[in-house]
Amino acid sequence: MLSIKDLKAGVEESQILKGINLEVKPGEVHAIMGPNGSGKSTLSSVIAGREDYEVKGGSISFEGDDILELDPEERAHKGIFLSFQYPIEIPGVSVSNFIKTSLNESRKAQGLEPMPAGDLLKMMREKMELFEIKKGYLSRSLNQGFSGGEKKRNEIFQMAMLEPKLAILDETDSGLDIDALRIVANGVNKLRSDDNATIVITHYQRLLDYIIPDFVHVLYDGRIVKSGTKELAHELEEKGYDWIIKEADQC
Amino acid sequence: MTEEDKILEEVTAAEYKYGFTTDIESDKIPKGLNEDVIRIISQKKNEPEWLLEYRLKAFRSWEKMEEPDWANINYEKPNYQDIIYYAAPKQKKKLESLDDLDPEMKKTFDKLGISLDEQKRLAGVAVDFVMDSVSVATSFKDNLADLGIIFCSISEAVQEHPELVKKYIGTVVPTSDNFFSALNSAVFTDGSFCYIPKGVKCPMELSTYFRINEAGTGQFERTLLIADKGSYVSYLEGCTAPMRDENQLHAAVVELIAMDDAEIKYSTVQNWYPGDAEGKGGVFNFVTKRGICHDRAKISWTQVETGSAVTWKYPSCILKGDDSIGEFYSVAVTNNYQQADTGTKMIHLGKNSKSTIISKGICAGKSEGSYRGLVKIMKGAENARNFSQCDSLLMGDKCGSHTFPYIEVKNKSAKVEHEATTSKIGEDQIFYCNQRGIGTEEAIALIVNGYCKDVLNQLPMEFAVEAQKLLAISLEGSVG
Ligand SMILES: Nc1ncnc2c1ncn2[C@@H]1O[C@H](COP(=O)(O)OP(=O)(O)OP(=O)(O)O)[C@@H](O)[C@H]1O
Ligand SMILES: [Mg+2]
Repeated sequence: MLSIKDLKAGVEESQILKGINLEVKPGEVHAIMGPNGSGKSTLSSVIAGREDYEVKGGSISFEGDDILELDPEERAHKGIFLSFQYPIEIPGVSVSNFIKTSLNESRKAQGLEPMPAGDLLKMMREKMELFEIKKGYLSRSLNQGFSGGEKKRNEIFQMAMLEPKLAILDETDSGLDIDALRIVANGVNKLRSDDNATIVITHYQRLLDYIIPDFVHVLYDGRIVKSGTKELAHELEEKGYDWIIKEADQC
Repeated sequence: MTEEDKILEEVTAAEYKYGFTTDIESDKIPKGLNEDVIRIISQKKNEPEWLLEYRLKAFRSWEKMEEPDWANINYEKPNYQDIIYYAAPKQKKKLESLDDLDPEMKKTFDKLGISLDEQKRLAGVAVDFVMDSVSVATSFKDNLADLGIIFCSISEAVQEHPELVKKYIGTVVPTSDNFFSALNSAVFTDGSFCYIPKGVKCPMELSTYFRINEAGTGQFERTLLIADKGSYVSYLEGCTAPMRDENQLHAAVVELIAMDDAEIKYSTVQNWYPGDAEGKGGVFNFVTKRGICHDRAKISWTQVETGSAVTWKYPSCILKGDDSIGEFYSVAVTNNYQQADTGTKMIHLGKNSKSTIISKGICAGKSEGSYRGLVKIMKGAENARNFSQCDSLLMGDKCGSHTFPYIEVKNKSAKVEHEATTSKIGEDQIFYCNQRGIGTEEAIALIVNGYCKDVLNQLPMEFAVEAQKLLAISLEGSVG
């Protein structure tokens, strides 16, 4: 589904991603861990098509198509979703209006009519239930005045509404309380299918107790320096990153 | 140019979508302005003597006045002797119904997207359409007449209800008030008149469409709206002008009178031709709008200004009565080389009078937008309150926005609050929208509409939708 080969990307002077290789197949869950500043968010931004980063080498293909030339919205239309580490506020635009616009723009790109208001409302209700989201919430300005946890839950709510093929969750667990973490994780699990895939970026093993990954990768200094199964996450929780960094530096 | 600048440049370059002229014969008088021209206008309109005198008095004071140049705008002053002051579309006979309308004019309605039939059916809006200077169609008049509401062109009001016109015209905006209002008082050719009797709540939105058609004509409408005690009316004014090379002058006067316990909502969506991307052509919009509130009366001005090359406009409220309320909600968009100097004046005379000012400026391209507001609390205005919020949103870094709040307080018990912010549409916001499948053009429209929400919410539903589209049109265009 997603195939990243020797991806090198960065900003003007500095190289941030220094040759990433990653294969994600439908139905899989990949976890990416790694110290602060190692390039996790940069990788997700580059996959999503953020123009601040210049791709200097390598390739990203999604369902067989090279997507590096596509605009961010075109990638979104193909079914790539990014849950932001720091969701953005848009004053005066309600959550429901934003989701409606977002959903209908994607439908338009697929040659579909806008979703009838009744269906949309019904779907919103279902997904709100799934993530235990309070009612008054839909009419609030997008992310404005939301608590950290509310912002994250809102990201996942949007994901549920858009039903992407590939979801990248960038530290969605940070800022969630214990109950919220469980609710969000359960929701994500319910949305899992053989056709879609998830990349979860996290610092904490705990999330992976709920969302069980098929693979765990460690990103360090712009490279994936170690990959393994969920046991790797336990090991990291216990020992930290030092031993991996040493290993990596020796190579 | 950075990537962001390029994007902004592209999306803010939109062509004016209402640029077309209607090919109908019109009855014009020669260019120029003198007492004879005024006499001809008055005669053509078969006006009573007192109105001619009123016009001449205004003309004489105008002659002694200087065109103001204190606003933060730069333009070549019009040559007032090079303007045609009267152009009426030639109609063979008086219209009995909308079906008798000149087909060309009907086309104009359609292009404006306000097919009267449609409006009639859908919204229950009574439309008084003013093309160039003469009102050509008024719908729903009979329904309104049953309630005692008078809604017609001002020329008709002069003929049919001279006592009302004579009693109120010039009482809120005196002939000598300012250069443009004096000019308007001398040469106004048409506009709308509305009277709501005591205790009557007008059951539908009253609406006027203004449109400048004839080349080289100035448009001087005069609007007079009287809400008698305890009555209510919501009035909508929409303006468009076709594409023209030379600048066209538009100098309107609007007077509102809200008697005790009356309420007037006056909403404007203005998209006169703003000139092309190089700053050539466009409408000069110099408007005097003012309302007076008697005891417990309320006037709300709501405006969405997207057009005109130069705008000079300060809808104001004189809060004469105790417990009276004045509100001003404004969105002003400038793009390319447009200049707007707009705002409001709230003059508090009555006790416990309250005013609210919400102004949202949006500047794109190389345009300049200014907010100029005066809040004046007079000695007797015990416990007067004002809250002002003036925000500006900048798109790109070649435009400018300025805020000039003037506050004069002569009563110690008054409370005046002023807040101002300036922001930019963030690249982060656009990327966030993009990631959710919303293209940049659409994203900007979404963000801008969100930013203007407090003002758009004040507009009647159908008008709000139209205003949103206009905002989108004036800020977007060529991406995608
Ligand atoms: N737009 C940018 N301009 C300059 N430097 C950047 C930019 N984006 C990221 N970087 C740098 O690239 C490195 C990787 O940043 P990134 O945000 O991808 O880290 P991360 O792995 O997500 O870290 P964290 O765990 O703290 O979220 C950091 O050193 C960061 O400062
Ligand atoms: Mg990060």
